[in-house]
Amino acid sequence: MHVTVRLFARLRDIAGKSELRRELPDGATARVLWDSLAAEHTELSGYRDTVSTAINEEYAKMDHPLSDGDDVAFLPPVSGG
Amino acid sequence: MAAPQFLITQEPLDVDQIVQTVFQIAKDTSISNGAVTSFLGQVRGHNLGQQVLRLEYEAYEPLAVKAFAQIAVESRDRWPEITIALHHRLGTLAVGETSVAIAAASPHRAESFAACRYAIERIKQIAPIWKHEFFEGGDVWIEGATADPGDEDVREDAYRLACT
Repeated sequence: MHVTVRLFARLRDIAGKSELRRELPDGATARVLWDSLAAEHTELSGYRDTVSTAINEEYAKMDHPLSDGDDVAFLPPVSGG
Repeated sequence: MAAPQFLITQEPLDVDQIVQTVFQIAKDTSISNGAVTSFLGQVRGHNLGQQVLRLEYEAYEPLAVKAFAQIAVESRDRWPEITIALHHRLGTLAVGETSVAIAAASPHRAESFAACRYAIERIKQIAPIWKHEFFEGGDVWIEGATADPGDEDVREDAYRLACT
């Protein structure tokens, strides 16, 4: 399956892109996708326990299974206000 | 026409505008209000001992608007007669500019003060918005809370702060 990845703030700066396309095995979770990105960009691994995810514009858990065509956002700790 | 209840914008924020928004919503819902509390967050000139030159805000906009709507629903759960609006600015902001505006109206003042405080604490906990701070000699992404809207303990923290 193919998914779109969105990265924000420092995550985007590390990866150098705000939007990526990735191919994943069926049944892969957001965590699997994150781990593959962190393997490509080792600086991302520091966010392992603090990153949040949103799937198709809704917050989701990292163990949420992905589907073909999903839009998966990874969010570093937030700092609005 | 009143501004939207939940707004993410590149344009400067205006306290009168957001107050008018809650008045209009309250009128439409026939709640008889006796109090409105507003809050403006501004760009501080100093942070962690550094002189701040400017901030750049970014957001995951569709999710941020949904987070604001959730905060409004949570506020109503605690304070059933509250009417609340939340506006946040994005882009480059100079020191002293307003980054966030909240207005909360209710029949009595205690609820409007509490809900306004609750809303700013919840924005800091769960709104997908980030500030990039630029100071003399460098810049840093500010990273606060890991956003988890379903975490009841974190939500309780915001409620406690609102009511102390």
